[in-house]
Amino acid sequence: MPHDHAEPHSLLPSDPELRARALETILVQKGLVDPAALSALIDMYQNDIGPQNGAHVVARAWVDSAFKARLLADATPAIAELGFKGRQGEHMIVVENTAEVHNLVVCTLCSCYPWPVLGIPPAWYKSDAYRSRAVKEPRAVLAEFGVALLPSQKIRVWDSSAELRYLVLPMRPSGAEGLNPNQLAKLVSRNAMIGTAVANAP
Amino acid sequence: MSRAHDLGGRPAGDIPEKADTMIFHAPWHATALALNLACSAVGAWNIDASRFARERLKDYPKLSYYEKWMAGLATLLVERGLLTEAELAGNTTPARLHPKALRAADVPVAMRKVLPYLRATGPAPRFHVGDRVRTVPAPKSGHCRLPAYAAGKVGEVRQCHGNHVLPNANARFQGENPEPLYTITFTAAALWGEAAEAPDDQISLDLWQLYLEPL
Repeated sequence: MPHDHAEPHSLLPSDPELRARALETILVQKGLVDPAALSALIDMYQNDIGPQNGAHVVARAWVDSAFKARLLADATPAIAELGFKGRQGEHMIVVENTAEVHNLVVCTLCSCYPWPVLGIPPAWYKSDAYRSRAVKEPRAVLAEFGVALLPSQKIRVWDSSAELRYLVLPMRPSGAEGLNPNQLAKLVSRNAMIGTAVANAP
Repeated sequence: MSRAHDLGGRPAGDIPEKADTMIFHAPWHATALALNLACSAVGAWNIDASRFARERLKDYPKLSYYEKWMAGLATLLVERGLLTEAELAGNTTPARLHPKALRAADVPVAMRKVLPYLRATGPAPRFHVGDRVRTVPAPKSGHCRLPAYAAGKVGEVRQCHGNHVLPNANARFQGENPEPLYTITFTAAALWGEAAEAPDDQISLDLWQLYLEPL
């Protein structure tokens, strides 16, 4: 393609909302997209596939040490035991927070994220600021998120540069001993499974 | 090529919307995502090609996230012959649904389908857990998943993952060329020198054998 050639997207309306609508109309007309499939996709990532899945994985690991061992040894099949698998979760790795280590996940090159357990990444995860800073100043980033590290904790940052997808297993909060897995899952925020938060106290 | 997408370590301001729980901030964001997912089901490209299409956008830094996704999609649709530029400009004639178009009923199965990137073939691993390696210099052009901030640096092999599809050639439809993939761990001091916040903090990346040299 010659250098002075306009990029294809410049043929679409410049306003992003109109652009999306025009692209949808063209693709539906051309038979490449079934409009009902678009609704099904949006509904799925709006309602079925989201951080509630990851929270179940974490809660299960907190109450079931054999599951936790499987999860840390080979996360993909362990997570699939709970029914969570698929696109952008083909090769899962779970990293555990301890009194010695706090883990933080980023994708500096794009926005790789473990969809089957966390859904669609939030705007901050996809922001230039997070992608730029998480690898160089993770401690400043964590402070900005309000995470207070223990003096004993070192940081491990995981930059998702291939098709491995990372999920952080947060530390179980104290005072949660009597809770069942469903109650425990409610203490696990999306950010806690990326590493920009800790699990909530009960 | 500027590698405008290669952001790790660049100076940047505050992180926006840290407590946000909205999944889509506007209906068109959802449409842009769903159009990409639906079109990728047709099978005319792969994940590396779609990343490369976004990275090549001349106006990458100016576009918002889902604008990049729409722009990359437009590039691929034209380059792969699914749409002409005239059609993209609005001159379409109605056509029947493409035989590979994603149907609504197939969405739950399609999105939960596992298509691994691990391959049974490829070269034997040159490196093993505990080996110290140096990453190659930063790429100047093309699609490469070695970020500039980790190029030419010394780290240690933490894990070997077997042979994974190599993005570099796959992004140009030149084959999968599976290669050993490793998790390489660097100290903050090795990457950032005096600027490291804490020298013993660690940063790990998943890097193909092509990106590594023995020490």
